[in-house]
Amino acid sequence: MDLLGLANYAVFMGILIGIYALLALGLNIQWGFTGLFNAGIAGFFAVGAYASAILTSLPASGRLGGYELPLVVGWLAAMAAAAAIAWPIGKVCLRFRSDYLAIATIGIAEIIRLVIRTEGWLTGGVRGVTGVPRPFGDLDYMPSQVAYLAIVATLVLVAYLLVERQVRSPWGRMMRAIRDNELAAAAMGKQVEARRLQAFVFGSALMGLAGALFVHFNRSITPEAIDPMIATFLIWIMLILGGSGNNRGAILGAAVIWIIWSVSELLTDRLPTEIAVQAKYARVFIIGLTLQLVLRFRPEGILPERQPGSPPHR
Amino acid sequence: MSFMDFLNFHLVPGIVLGSVYAVGAIGITLVFGILRFAHFAHGDMATLGAFIALALVTAGLTPWTALPIAMAAVAVVAIGVDKLFYDYLKVRPKIMTVMASLGVALMLRAVVQVVFGVDPRTYATGIVRPDDYFGLLLRDRELYTLAAVVLIVVGLTLFLRHSRWGKAMRAMSDNPDLARLSGVDNRKVTMLTWAIVGALCAASGFMLGINNELHSMMGWQVLLPMFAAAILGGVGRVEGAVLGGLIVGIAEELSIFILPAQYKAATAFVLLLLILLVRPRGLLNGKVL
Repeated sequence: MDLLGLANYAVFMGILIGIYALLALGLNIQWGFTGLFNAGIAGFFAVGAYASAILTSLPASGRLGGYELPLVVGWLAAMAAAAAIAWPIGKVCLRFRSDYLAIATIGIAEIIRLVIRTEGWLTGGVRGVTGVPRPFGDLDYMPSQVAYLAIVATLVLVAYLLVERQVRSPWGRMMRAIRDNELAAAAMGKQVEARRLQAFVFGSALMGLAGALFVHFNRSITPEAIDPMIATFLIWIMLILGGSGNNRGAILGAAVIWIIWSVSELLTDRLPTEIAVQAKYARVFIIGLTLQLVLRFRPEGILPERQPGSPPHR
Repeated sequence: MSFMDFLNFHLVPGIVLGSVYAVGAIGITLVFGILRFAHFAHGDMATLGAFIALALVTAGLTPWTALPIAMAAVAVVAIGVDKLFYDYLKVRPKIMTVMASLGVALMLRAVVQVVFGVDPRTYATGIVRPDDYFGLLLRDRELYTLAAVVLIVVGLTLFLRHSRWGKAMRAMSDNPDLARLSGVDNRKVTMLTWAIVGALCAASGFMLGINNELHSMMGWQVLLPMFAAAILGGVGRVEGAVLGGLIVGIAEELSIFILPAQYKAATAFVLLLLILLVRPRGLLNGKVL
């Protein structure tokens, strides 16, 4: 591989890391600060991707869409759609322990997958949505990639700063209080359910935005584009390994895990075909094992959560 | 459609599917009730059991003699998984164990995929024609399945109600601290629970496989119906899990009258949300975690 090829690959990886970082930030709001277990991340991601794709793509016969609306509208709609799905689920499940939310989010991710595959008039069915525009897509390959990386990086930075600001505010203190001692927080007059719902909806909206960024990068989406379980699980490992409750940790975790995951894919692709299929599943085994090892030996992650106002070492 | 057609093509498959869900839901309800967390590796443990039985069948055993051996094998696997991955997390919030179980689900599935591949398999080839019982069409495997489920449920109920260890399990489900003070060894009860849960997983996976086909995602796909069944019946209640399983199974088979067939899998989810909304303790008044 020559130098230019390497640079191309680095930019490509950077864009995907940015998208995963947004997902990890969204999960951090839900799990890291509020203790909510979302096992259907891929579902919210897909909703965002399709919402933006349908609104901004070129017209196509046989399915809804082709409104060619501006990108910003698509992105806002992606966030709104993901939030609109999160709201009723949260409303029903957040009264109980997080186990119930986990079960329900697995269910909603399944159902979103079913809807995407079945409702061809909406999503193009198995053919998916194509002709999704990419900002600066008219430029040459390299400048266009770099421009997209800049957009993704800006959005990650904005999301990071906003979440960081939120977490340091009284709101963030209240969320941690609810997470760490629900009864005490309720006794202090905090509305536990309503606050949890806020965090769940807000986090899901960020996941929807990540989906939109993915679809405009990819220029198309099909139901097979993401394996729901593996995508969801990768994001969990990113957050836990990076350090749940720490936004920088979430972004760092996204980078580390995504680099390991794609480099291992490069390696397994070079194996002879008869072992390559098995190696693909062995990789899944290894990420499962990685989670167990992190939970066992470094549960606080690489960058542990810091309590604002206290020295960084605890 | 005649009444007999309704019975043969909708109700009987619903009852068979429902009793398979029931066996899985009993396991889920035992973990939920006694160990107090949602066990997400349950479905994939069932897949593992189904494929262990397949390996035994390939080695020359008949399917129904392979079942007890597969149950014993998965019981050992379940105890091992608990010792390796869940046990050390018990001092931490329970939700961490839920997360670990999600990882275990992925690992178990990967093991099945590496060892057995991803193509659908069956225990026996060829089409089995159902026998006619006064107009009621039943296959032998369906009768065996129902008999096995009845045997499992009755056996387990008697064990929980009358044996010393069964009482210890129920005590721990009611109040672990009080149980420990009364001399119940929580460690042993946990091990026993996992042995039973593992065996039930294998049984449900096997019965799912023999009535349909085996593939590496089969367990994951029935996880949601099984959870819906356990919560519908009331968490911690064995008879509730059976009732819930039957309701979910029959509802899935009957859902095609009101929903497009592709959305059959959504039935369990709708039932789950409904029961959480209206009666979170479940039909038979179980626990709410």
